[in-house]
Amino acid sequence: MALNRDFLGRAYASSVPYEVSRVKIKEFAAAIGDTNPIYRDREAAVAAGHPDVVAPPTFPIIFSLSGAGEALSDPEFGLNFAMVVHGEQRFSYQRPIYAGDQLICTSTISEIRSVGRNEFLTVKSDITTVGGEQVCTTYNVIVERGGAA
Amino acid sequence: MAATIKYDEVEAGQEIPAVEYPVRRVNLVMYAGASGDFNPIHWNERFATSVGLPDVIAHGMFTMAEAGRFVTDWAGDPAAVVDYGVRFSSMVVVPDDENGATLVVSGVIEEKLEDKRVLVALTARSGDSRVLSKARAVVQLS
Repeated sequence: MALNRDFLGRAYASSVPYEVSRVKIKEFAAAIGDTNPIYRDREAAVAAGHPDVVAPPTFPIIFSLSGAGEALSDPEFGLNFAMVVHGEQRFSYQRPIYAGDQLICTSTISEIRSVGRNEFLTVKSDITTVGGEQVCTTYNVIVERGGAA
Repeated sequence: MAATIKYDEVEAGQEIPAVEYPVRRVNLVMYAGASGDFNPIHWNERFATSVGLPDVIAHGMFTMAEAGRFVTDWAGDPAAVVDYGVRFSSMVVVPDDENGATLVVSGVIEEKLEDKRVLVALTARSGDSRVLSKARAVVQLS
């Protein structure tokens, strides 16, 4: 089934801030096998000139779709999750993410296009601090196989 | 914060030597827990084969994270990566044996940009497959 184009441009903000913790950064670094002390040890991060431990570049994947989840699972939208694959992903940083950051994620359904039998959906997420500072913009392209057939 | 690589000491076209990253089932289980992506195609062989996959496959985001690690290790500072994007072009099949799969990541400095930044083009392979395409990182050098 084709995706409902009425959803284009709709924006969804996370209902509560995502609180970046040292423990979660350490867990994520362990999961990707990265032993860099700047992810694990506050003193090492400070010695390298950072205010606290730094999050790995792909860390925002944990929370960057949280706001849009409600829209993506809305029956009116017509997305069949069983046919979904991850097509593309991008993170564009205004500044690094550090432990202690309280982040708000606002996701916009920014593009829907049909390519052959597939639907390509782009969700753009603006990540800011609770104080309004721009931190990162993420672009998530989801492919629904057979969705445009 | 600063990258250990200096902008003035790199040239466009310069290659960054390949690094191999092993991928075992346990890595995918750990990644599922850390990322919150519990799609069973990444840990349950019975489910994966029932939906037509050859075996359990790695999270695309796990592969992207390993290629990201390649860049941050080269640059010497995780915060030096200011932009990073990939297209997922092929799956990484991870068999339940001693060896699992192996990701081989390499890079080339495609372009020197302004403000001491460089554009790094990445190649990630598993076996004969190129598993990422259009993989690019913008890195802030010193």
